[in-house]
Amino acid sequence: MMALARAMDERAWVLNRSGRVHFVISGQGHEGAEAGITAALTPGRDWFLPYYRSMAGVMAMGMTPREIFLHQFGKADDPGSGGRQMPSHYGHAGHRIFTSSSPVGTQVLHGAGIALAAKLRGVEEVALVAMGEGSANQGDVHEALNFAGIHRLPLILLVENNGYAISVPAELQTAVRDVAVRAAGYAMPGVVVDGSDVIGCYLAARDAVARALAGGGPTLIEAKVTRLTGHSSDDQQTKYRSAAELAGERARDPLPRFRDELRAAGFLDDSSEAVLDAEVAAAVDDATDFAEAAADPDPSTLLLHVYADPEVPGATPGAGRRPTGPGASSGGSA
Amino acid sequence: MPVRTFIEAIREGLRDEMRRDGRVIILGEDVGRKGGVFYATDGLWAEFGDDRVLDTPLTESMIAGVSIGAAANGLIPVAEIQFADFIFPAMNQLISEAARIRYRSNGTYGCPIVVRAPFGAGVHGALYHSQSVEAFFAHVPGLKVVIPSTPYDAKGLLRTAIRDPDPVIFLEHKKMYRSVRGEVPDGEYTVPFGRAAIPRTGSRLTVVAYGLMLHYALEAAARAAEEGIEAEVIDLRTIRPLDAETILASVRRTGKCLVVHEDNRFGGFGAEVAALVAEEAFDYLDGPVTRLAGPDSPASPNALPLEDAFMLSPAKIAAAIRTLAAY
Repeated sequence: MMALARAMDERAWVLNRSGRVHFVISGQGHEGAEAGITAALTPGRDWFLPYYRSMAGVMAMGMTPREIFLHQFGKADDPGSGGRQMPSHYGHAGHRIFTSSSPVGTQVLHGAGIALAAKLRGVEEVALVAMGEGSANQGDVHEALNFAGIHRLPLILLVENNGYAISVPAELQTAVRDVAVRAAGYAMPGVVVDGSDVIGCYLAARDAVARALAGGGPTLIEAKVTRLTGHSSDDQQTKYRSAAELAGERARDPLPRFRDELRAAGFLDDSSEAVLDAEVAAAVDDATDFAEAAADPDPSTLLLHVYADPEVPGATPGAGRRPTGPGASSGGSA
Repeated sequence: MPVRTFIEAIREGLRDEMRRDGRVIILGEDVGRKGGVFYATDGLWAEFGDDRVLDTPLTESMIAGVSIGAAANGLIPVAEIQFADFIFPAMNQLISEAARIRYRSNGTYGCPIVVRAPFGAGVHGALYHSQSVEAFFAHVPGLKVVIPSTPYDAKGLLRTAIRDPDPVIFLEHKKMYRSVRGEVPDGEYTVPFGRAAIPRTGSRLTVVAYGLMLHYALEAAARAAEEGIEAEVIDLRTIRPLDAETILASVRRTGKCLVVHEDNRFGGFGAEVAALVAEEAFDYLDGPVTRLAGPDSPASPNALPLEDAFMLSPAKIAAAIRTLAAY
């Protein structure tokens, strides 16, 4: 999964630089935390509220490489938005991946709401929300964690701390070194994990899932990760990060570390790695070709889904209403 | 038929929908044991308990954002923002999120939430308990904006709002809560969105209003009628969707249109109605489309003389009717 996400991400950059995809916002360096933490979830049961560096996580929840690239290319069959959202603004109702936006931190409240509904309805589900440390200072995050703490909601907040909010370094974002210490203010455990330690991430998430399902309430997990690329395809991080710093960050790449761990544990050797590499390369090529050849959205669909019922925005008298009542088309119970 | 105050009708609408559908929950500040600062939810916590009526922290963005998430996972949240003036911390959740959930997910997720908020001046609420906020929301594709004027409509429109699959901003003029009464049937009925009412017919000019101003407009029209000026009064009920057909049909008959709202004039909702009439009924006009609106001050000041100067009144509306009729 991590290798696939890395290869997909690298391909997205190639597609962007060759003018075939408008925009890339990257998850390179974040794959260990995303893969390790989401491995503790149960796809189909649990909810994932991703952010734009969550490619590995959304694939772990069930999105396929073809679906990822249908989204990146903005095609009609993009399962999350039908070509309406910027690349890496994931969502997939069939896999309980909630639709995401660009204003950061808003999704933590949605995760709290999903977790509240799970608790009130008496269903065993966990909501995992992912975000960067730059989001941690938004009021919505504070409001969400406060509410989740009060009601002991089955919520896990994953803070992927890569040290930068675009160009603003951690020391200008927060007065504390670890965002996780804030968890104490919401009466929930705050755990710091090394984002390149995939097993460590998984174990922390496994504990958090168990606590959430047992009624023990939310957990904040802060994964220290590295951002191996610029913020996005429109950013040049050499402008604000030194060459020495960037070279050092390469040592924190979760992929080589996890590969070495798998080899040491006997799960990977030269031949199986070659097979894996070939599978990944084939999947990336297939997804690229499939998505690039897929149909674009039809301009006539521009005004679809503004409301549940077709309506000329703002000016339709007595727009017909669905007889099946609210929530009937919410897709949220998928 | 039983007579109810405006707020009793709202409370009954909430109660009936909660009894009908176990997915409906209420959340907001002081909505539980206290029953809301205006007592709109009085008695509901006692009947439905902690799991259906949730007192929240003073966090409006949380109220909206948690409602969005709860709606995604099978509930139908009816959120109360204690005063419309306090809704601004929730604007990002309502505009960037709630309004766009369906569109940005290509119809795979919905957002069936209702956000109720008391608005409007005339109760000595000063700058932060008096504002009219409808124009901000009416501008946003994906939102519906409801402003009832009668107890009957309040209950019927609230039921429709709760059953609607999309986010609805439900604005209640607080001065009407106990001052406006009307007949409200006990049984099941709903009032559809996008259908204006015509509580008074007339041939000389059309007055378009909603909320408290509808009542002031009716009073003004009655005074004008004593002078032989028969004004038709339209109650919009919902400003988005807007019942353009009823407005246009009326103006094509009367040839004159006066739009009245308490919200300040510049960029207010009256501009939308005026533009609609100018574009679609130009050939029928026999006078300038006229807006009578609150002055462009940031809401109603505290001191009584200032508040009186701020507020529209039946007398001010009657004067505008006379002026336009004489044009």
